[in-house]
Amino acid sequence: MAHIKAGVGVSHVPAIGVAMDQGITDQPYWQPVFEGFKKSREWMKEQNPDVIFLVYNDHCTAFDASCIPTFALGAAAEFKPADEGWGPRPVPVVKNHQKLASHIAQSLILDEFDITIMNEMEVDHGLTVPLSVMYGEVDKDDEWPALVIPLAVNVVQYPAPTGNRCYNLGKAIRRAVESFDEDLNVMIFGTGGMSHQLQYKRAGLINADWDQRFLDLIAEDPVYASQIPHVEYLREAGSEGVELVMWHVMRGALDEKVKEVHRHYHVPASNTAVGHIILENEAA
Amino acid sequence: MTKKEYEDIPGTFVFDADRSREGYHLNMFCISLGKQVNRDAFKADPEAYLDKYPMTADQRAAILARDWNEMLRLGGNIYYTSKLAAFDGITFQDLAAMMSGMEREEYRAMMVNGGRSVEGNRYKSEWGEE
Ligand SMILES: [Fe+2]
Repeated sequence: MAHIKAGVGVSHVPAIGVAMDQGITDQPYWQPVFEGFKKSREWMKEQNPDVIFLVYNDHCTAFDASCIPTFALGAAAEFKPADEGWGPRPVPVVKNHQKLASHIAQSLILDEFDITIMNEMEVDHGLTVPLSVMYGEVDKDDEWPALVIPLAVNVVQYPAPTGNRCYNLGKAIRRAVESFDEDLNVMIFGTGGMSHQLQYKRAGLINADWDQRFLDLIAEDPVYASQIPHVEYLREAGSEGVELVMWHVMRGALDEKVKEVHRHYHVPASNTAVGHIILENEAA
Repeated sequence: MTKKEYEDIPGTFVFDADRSREGYHLNMFCISLGKQVNRDAFKADPEAYLDKYPMTADQRAAILARDWNEMLRLGGNIYYTSKLAAFDGITFQDLAAMMSGMEREEYRAMMVNGGRSVEGNRYKSEWGEE
């Protein structure tokens, strides 16, 4: 039987990917960002997941204004890193576990989560940066150490799905994974955030106190965290901070009580507060 | 229409369905610049290229003037307008500085020092706006 032992909440700031691709991660500006991932990369090696179920948002790359699915699950055999205006990232093509992806899609729909199924999709920094920070540099011609099932969530056009909906979706994903026959170690990532605003006169907003409280809540009181209303994200964590709803999908797929393995937080990476947290089910 | 609670945040446009509808063609123009062939066409003849997108005269003027905040006010979304900025060779951080009316170095320093505080920036009344 497939199972989920652990989850990761992690920012997916594009500039972090650029820093890795340019090999400038030891510059003073970037050093404190990457210091925080040292332990995480060792942990990833120990865990060695077969599959990562990766919840992220597309930034008008695969989906522009013409089509806005709230939840879109990648069922294609592979997903190429997209050209987001500065050329595709020099990282490997992302390979899917197609059977598990289709099984999850089917299970979710019968569980009344009416998701969109993507049989063709390119993936942007929202998906590849979390893999890069958690695994470290992987050459374009090598392979990612795990297969990846992408779930793209709309957070660009208001409203994003509620935290509550995301949390319950996480539970449904867990049920789907646990009803898959093959013995697989599946890890789940919820990505995006933390506080940041990229637009208009309040651009550059960061709210470290709020972010720290969010990390506490995600670890210790996920049900309460899932009830945070959109307007609180928008006001307190910035208009683009609403990406954090995606962390609730990850959290819903874990036990209510978890072990916090690692946490790291730093300001800034470009315009954004960068944070990540690693959580394990106690029974794991 | 009920009042939108999320509109009471200063210096912020929440990109909802109303804005998306208003800015549709402006945003679709911007996102088209993600492709090299379109960047070449826009570069060669901006006016002719813009003719392909049935936007308002104000939206068109804002694009030609690179009035980043006006584009947002007229329904543009930052993930779209940033593609036009990228076309111009402007980084996301420099674009953020321009939109918030700061000098580039001043903005960078603010970010390195912890970013723009939320204190005094939560409600429009704190900015003397309504
Ligand atoms: Fe993002």
